[in-house]
Amino acid sequence: MTVATPRDLEPQLQEPLQPAGWLRYFSFSLDHKVIGLQYLVCGFFFYLVGGLLAGAIRTELATPLSDFMPRDTYNEVLTLHGTVMIFLWIVPVVNGAFGNYLIPFYVGARDMAFPRLNAVAFWMIPPAGLLLISSYFLAGAAAQSGWTAYPPLSLTTPAAGQIVWILSVLLLGGSSIFGAVNFIATVLKLRRPGLKLMQLPMYCWAMLGTSLLVVLSTPVLAGVLILLSFDIIAHTGFFNPALGGNVVVYQHLFWFYSHPAVYIMVLPAFGLVSEILPVHSRKPLFGYTTMVYSIMAIVFLGLIVWAHHMFTSGTPPWMRLFFTIATSFIAVPTGIKFFNWLATLWGGKIALNSAMLFSCGFILNFVFGGITGITLAQVPFDIHVHDTYYVVGHFHYIVYGGTVFVIFASLYHWYPKFTGHLLNEDLGRLHFVLTFIGFNLCFLPQHWLGLNGMPRRVAEYDPTFSTLNQVSSVGALIMAISTLPLLINVVVTALYGTPAGDNPWNALTPEWLTTSPPPVENWSGEAPLVTEPYGYGQHQPAGPSSHPLTPAA
Amino acid sequence: MTSISSSSAASAASGSTASASTTRTDSLLPEGSEHLASQESADAHHDARLFGLATFLVADGMTFAGFFAAYLTFRAVNPLPEGSTYELELLLPTINTVLLLVSSFTFHRAGQACRADQLSKARSWLLVTGGLGLAFLAGQMVEYFTLPFGLTDNLFASTFYALTGFHGLHVTLGAICIGIVALQTRPGGAISASSHFGLEAAELYWHFVDGIWVVLYGILYLL
Amino acid sequence: MQIRTAVTTALAATALIATGMLVGTQVNLLPVDASSNAAAYDSLFKVLFSIGTMLFAGILIVLVYSLVRFRRRAGDGADGPPTEGNLPLEIVWTAIPAVVVLFIGIYSYDIYERMGGMAPLDHDAMHHQASAMIEASVQPAASQAIGEDQTSGERVWGGIRPIDGDVLPVDVTAMQFAFIFHYPEGEITSGELHVPLGRPVELRMKALDVIHAFWVPQFRLKQDVIPGQPTVLTFTPTRAGTYPVICAELCGPYHGGMRTSVVVHEPDDYLAWVQANSPAITNT
Ligand code: HEA
Ligand code: HEA
Ligand code: CUA
Ligand SMILES: [Cu+2]
Repeated sequence: MTVATPRDLEPQLQEPLQPAGWLRYFSFSLDHKVIGLQYLVCGFFFYLVGGLLAGAIRTELATPLSDFMPRDTYNEVLTLHGTVMIFLWIVPVVNGAFGNYLIPFYVGARDMAFPRLNAVAFWMIPPAGLLLISSYFLAGAAAQSGWTAYPPLSLTTPAAGQIVWILSVLLLGGSSIFGAVNFIATVLKLRRPGLKLMQLPMYCWAMLGTSLLVVLSTPVLAGVLILLSFDIIAHTGFFNPALGGNVVVYQHLFWFYSHPAVYIMVLPAFGLVSEILPVHSRKPLFGYTTMVYSIMAIVFLGLIVWAHHMFTSGTPPWMRLFFTIATSFIAVPTGIKFFNWLATLWGGKIALNSAMLFSCGFILNFVFGGITGITLAQVPFDIHVHDTYYVVGHFHYIVYGGTVFVIFASLYHWYPKFTGHLLNEDLGRLHFVLTFIGFNLCFLPQHWLGLNGMPRRVAEYDPTFSTLNQVSSVGALIMAISTLPLLINVVVTALYGTPAGDNPWNALTPEWLTTSPPPVENWSGEAPLVTEPYGYGQHQPAGPSSHPLTPAA
Repeated sequence: MTSISSSSAASAASGSTASASTTRTDSLLPEGSEHLASQESADAHHDARLFGLATFLVADGMTFAGFFAAYLTFRAVNPLPEGSTYELELLLPTINTVLLLVSSFTFHRAGQACRADQLSKARSWLLVTGGLGLAFLAGQMVEYFTLPFGLTDNLFASTFYALTGFHGLHVTLGAICIGIVALQTRPGGAISASSHFGLEAAELYWHFVDGIWVVLYGILYLL
Repeated sequence: MQIRTAVTTALAATALIATGMLVGTQVNLLPVDASSNAAAYDSLFKVLFSIGTMLFAGILIVLVYSLVRFRRRAGDGADGPPTEGNLPLEIVWTAIPAVVVLFIGIYSYDIYERMGGMAPLDHDAMHHQASAMIEASVQPAASQAIGEDQTSGERVWGGIRPIDGDVLPVDVTAMQFAFIFHYPEGEITSGELHVPLGRPVELRMKALDVIHAFWVPQFRLKQDVIPGQPTVLTFTPTRAGTYPVICAELCGPYHGGMRTSVVVHEPDDYLAWVQANSPAITNT
């Protein structure tokens, strides 16, 4: 994915020591677009790693016996799978990659507020990721206590692996906090004069909300992991019952981060879909204002529902009740967003291209996962299915069927922006069909498995469950295969793609009002003032040339 | 739109170097080189940096909040083993609290002096502040060495050391920053009446660290 | 036109609700129910499944309909209508989920109450409630003795404990990688849980090393077994048979192998089992 910038720009604007051309992507670049793509490619690499680990999980689970790998290796694999997918793929990509690429365009700035901090935040990720993965090979054993690292288990598993895990999650958390500080400052402080908050594209709001969550919750994770590492290294007893500690306090602090983390993974995806749907259905985003408020409502509610992960952990009854009700209410703002998206499609001129297919796939999958989430939020329901495959089904519907689908949609939508080339539509549709089938085949049966008695995080299971597990494994295989059309598509397009022009979708959001790929400082002249990013159909007769762009004064 | 987006690269180059447009963030230039850009944009950038620091401090404060919450929960539900107590010697920490509060005030004076272009006065106030900070750390050390319990003795001891230690790290970092800023106020240094981001940032940070201490003192020593 | 839309909407909504109810009540995804809680659970499940089906099917239909009906025809370069919002609509689709969610929340509270989830966990408080306030005031010493019986007044941190008369107490100890069941009534220790049909059972659970979780899918019950924090789980078996006891919390490499069985006996068979396993017989 090399992006060619106009040659003659570089001597003046690049810092002298910055390499030009594709080498920029391997250097400490300060350009938000380069950093964004660095996040994207790095994240995609870790997606393949996480997918490989998922493949190992599904291979092991294709048979009821623990025969593919030793049992403790299985625990390492599932811990790494969860950690890699969350901290190295979803969070960096929906936040870091698209956030860095798009936010400066959306606020009319030439870069992020703190480009240096931005580059530092990115460059914390590859070492953290490699450290994490290398723990399997170097430290003798990777962490084995799941991505939740509940003590006292995490205190008794091999210490080296657990410490490396803590270290790399701390690094990734730090990177995420730096990124969030940058996004908040950019959106609130770097807006082009004349641009009001309520005129920003929805993705800015989503990132503002997400960044608030990061700033408020990630440090708590950092704190609790520091305490955990004390327990491991210095033999303090915070979470060690043998020394008078309290294991449930760990769970509270962990979920105080990790529940908001699920919205950190999904709110930016909501924002991205809100950008994609209006463009391809040629209609304004429905209910802009309510969308903004619902994001903020999700942020608020997201901070006060964490204990729904702990319904069986011995919390007092009133607490379970409170968290049931609070969690259920998240359906309201989330529902508002979904109905607004449907209303955006309604009556439009919908082009069902790959970007739209993945977006609509997202809507379906997420609603499914959201509804199972509401069932999980009910204490009496959850005490049966907690820590079973029902939960695994729930969250893969959301993280994969939701967020990963949106990442793919965004790739098809913004690839021409990144490179100046359109991705191939036929391969894109093939990618969608395979992914959609494989995904549902893989994760739908898991709900049934969970309801009937299959716990999660096991390498061996009751043979009565083997048929459904095999279906699930076949689904995973199809998902693995579905990655091929995407990879081929990207490579072929990079080599032989036909130019897309600057604005292939006739979109109105500001990133399209410049060349594709954009010059180093985003616009050759003044930044345009875009007050109606979704002004489709407003200035009839409609056509490519009509949009409410006021030239800067 | 097409007219804008296809502007020639040459005009792009001249546009962005010559214009003092307010949206320009001079961000591709190394930080601290804002003298290259117009005053206006330097201010905008300046503003964003303090704002960014404040945001970061909110995050930092949440780390402490997590620790506090853990401590309070431990205290509410996990009884201490027989013979241990939550009682602490109060004299030294109280003196320490006063030192920190005074140092917040002296830092404030340093900031005022700097904005009034009295750099040497500002430097003196900074040195006083730094001295108070070091005195605080020394007091903390004395306390550590005289306490009857060690890190792993019981849950309260562990939490006590974790909280005060984490705070002490913040104070140490703050003292280092004060040292750097004091150096920069020397004639020809990076700080002047018109450009004193470093000093303001250090001041904000110092107030934050002091504020945290007050809370910490309240729940750890007084409660 | 207006009327036609209204009628179509009403018809569609009715069809949707009917489908939802049909699917929710007719499709069974759960294993057999073998405890008093399971029946309550299953009625909650049916309601949630019905509502979920309605919502999902409704959104699926609207989405597919839009994609087909409003697809862009070849050669059409125009934009859609510039509708930006509609306040009444927004209010409707804020209110409907709010009402649904409120209903679900209250209903599941009711179910939880029926399961005994809201009963006070504190052992003393429980006994005061159960063995009546009169007794407590007349004979403080005696009621204290009851309050501090087998669990020796230890704090219970979580779980489910309905107020019941004749409970069969069982001490459960979880460790890597087994459950040990101890019956204080007969001094029996066993690796399998044996319980009589129809008599409430109270499991007092402790862990020796890491967190485990006690789960019987056919009872629809699960409770973490936490080192340092005893928990409790009460249920009444309602169907004789043998069901799996599964550890549901990752507890180490053999977590997947940490399972045993619970055997629900007819009362007579249970007595026979107690007899056969009492230490008096096996040890002498
Ligand atoms: C991006 C990630 C993501 C997102 C967005 C969500 C969203 C939600 N999640 Fe999920 N969840 C996870 C990722 C996510 N989750 C993960 C990773 C775990 C497992 C962690 C682990 O243990 O490893 C988990 C686990 C988990 C649990 C704990 C289960 C257990 O361990 O026992 C619960 C319980 O309440 C829950 C609930 C919810 C709810 C109520 C939502 C809601 O936000 C969903 C709201 C959306 C909708 C409801 C759909 C749209 C709304 C409408 C169409 C309106 C109409 C609807 C109604 C009236 C119902 N989730
Ligand atoms: C956040 C994002 C995320 C994503 C995207 C995924 C994606 C997938 N996940 Fe995972 N998963 C988690 C997050 C995620 N998961 C978490 C948090 C857990 C809990 C962990 C824990 O319990 O602690 C979990 C747990 C989990 C389990 C339960 C394990 C257990 O409890 O025992 C399973 C089992 O089926 C599973 C399967 C899959 C599969 C098949 C995919 C597939 O969608 C993956 C598809 C992708 C590919 C298949 C990649 C394709 C590429 C290749 C195969 C080629 C590789 C080539 C080279 C490297 C050159 N996941
Ligand atoms: Cu014990 Cu899992
Ligand atoms: Cu959650």
